[in-house]
Amino acid sequence: MEAALGLLRRMPPKQSETALSALLSLLPQHSSDLLSQVDLPLQVLRDAESRKDFILCEYNRDADSYRSPWSNKYHPPLEDALYPSSELRKLEVEANDIFAIYRDQYYEGGISSVYMWEDDNEGFVACFLIKKDGSKSGHGRRGCLEEGAWDAIHVIQVGPEEEEMAQYCLTSTIMLSLTTDDEPSGKFGLSGSIRRQMKMELAVAEGHLCNMGRMIEELEGKLRNSLDQVYFGKTREMVCTLRPPAEIVQMRLPDS
Amino acid sequence: MADEEDELQETELSYDQKKEIAKWFLLNAPAGEINYVAKDLKEVLSDEEVYNEAAMEAFPVYNKSHMICLEMPSRAGDVIISSYSEITENEYLDPRTAQVAIVDHVKQICTKVRPAYDEELPSSYIEEFRSALDAEIQRYVSESYPKGVSTVNCVKGKYADGPGTDFELVVIITARKLSPQNFCNGSWRSVWNIDFQDESQVLDIKGKVQVGAHYFEEGNVELDAKKEFQDSTIFQSADDCAIAIANIIRHHETEYLGALEVAYSKLPDNTFKDLRRKLPVTRTLFPWQNTLQFSLTREVEKELGLGK
Repeated sequence: MEAALGLLRRMPPKQSETALSALLSLLPQHSSDLLSQVDLPLQVLRDAESRKDFILCEYNRDADSYRSPWSNKYHPPLEDALYPSSELRKLEVEANDIFAIYRDQYYEGGISSVYMWEDDNEGFVACFLIKKDGSKSGHGRRGCLEEGAWDAIHVIQVGPEEEEMAQYCLTSTIMLSLTTDDEPSGKFGLSGSIRRQMKMELAVAEGHLCNMGRMIEELEGKLRNSLDQVYFGKTREMVCTLRPPAEIVQMRLPDS
Repeated sequence: MADEEDELQETELSYDQKKEIAKWFLLNAPAGEINYVAKDLKEVLSDEEVYNEAAMEAFPVYNKSHMICLEMPSRAGDVIISSYSEITENEYLDPRTAQVAIVDHVKQICTKVRPAYDEELPSSYIEEFRSALDAEIQRYVSESYPKGVSTVNCVKGKYADGPGTDFELVVIITARKLSPQNFCNGSWRSVWNIDFQDESQVLDIKGKVQVGAHYFEEGNVELDAKKEFQDSTIFQSADDCAIAIANIIRHHETEYLGALEVAYSKLPDNTFKDLRRKLPVTRTLFPWQNTLQFSLTREVEKELGLGK
């Protein structure tokens, strides 16, 4: 299992789907472990009734059907399927609406979905997902990117309320890839993924959504900066190590 | 080929399928990481026979495409493994020392060297051009690449014994920086094809540079950049050609490096923005209001001036 994860970490991030399916066929006995530990770019389905797209993940899946957060119906339809309680569903609806606005403010496009369900400890789990296609042909506002994809998965475990406080444990995963294709710099592609956790104990007075929302906003911002400064920065450093920029271009003239 | 299909489980992979998967992992290993991939792969496969056969097939392809450098015994220098210097699958020519290196691809070492046969080397006419260019490129590489290695091979017309025929030289420049302890590896590969055209007395130059970097401390990020170039110059004496070609290569590569730097500097505020902004247009954090949960959306929409 360790070896399998090691392999996944070394394969080009853009090939993670191929790598994962290769590993699943080699190690079928570990499939549930592999699927839970590895994140793949998010898939989307159309909810024709609500005329909106929704994101697919393990958290809205039952058998081979997926539940839309807009209509609360399974696609394709499923009998005796799992649903959140009506109270949690109310929170889920609110979360989807407000997260869509958050998404629009930061992503200027893209698709979002939120799913909630009760867990065993009288708390609940919420999964906030965002998928953005930032390419020229997608929702890229500035037309910089030949290809660009951002997938964010935020899973928050909310503990039971005790003395007006609650525990929140957030695990965020960002997967992204971008490619520019300009004259001077040719084809320039960066891709990768990172995952971080954040735990907080907060007052419930303002409501779960505010608490969860703020945590996600904070961690997303941190991850974006980290990817940009640290991660991409390291690759930039590497390029300069391989070939340091020359201050003066020395040209040797032929003797004639 | 042995087919070990397990009849009880129809989902069990055949020998060939496992081998193809193993090869895929090896071939996609980033620069300098094939041995780590090999180690993990062996464990996942737990089938030595499949692994060995996959390795025998994958390593030569990987080594040639990454143009790895192997040290030749008795400090004769390095030989670059590439399709341009290949004589047979395990024999590679180092034109600078007129030796042929015999290599073990899977172990990635040069086991021994032998002097090159006459027919493996270019004619003395071609060699004049090749060695002049080789010397100029070496000078350029030693100035610009802290860890660079270069070679010049003749890939076409190497038996020409005087003017009147076309011939082609290929310049290879490769540099690698491997820091597994810092979770960072990178490689630079340049391949420049110089087509010496006798009739038009022109040198047609085509170049391709590929840069890669992999950083994987608590995450996994990869850079994959490439660019192609086209240029030309006039057919002159061997020494003058060498200087002209080296200048052209130096010019394009330096310019490319500058362009990469620009691409990187545009990332945080421009390119990245097409994926996710640092802050909303309002330049403030999102107003997760402290009103009642159920009117939360309405309050937020009002604040942001979004009508319904």
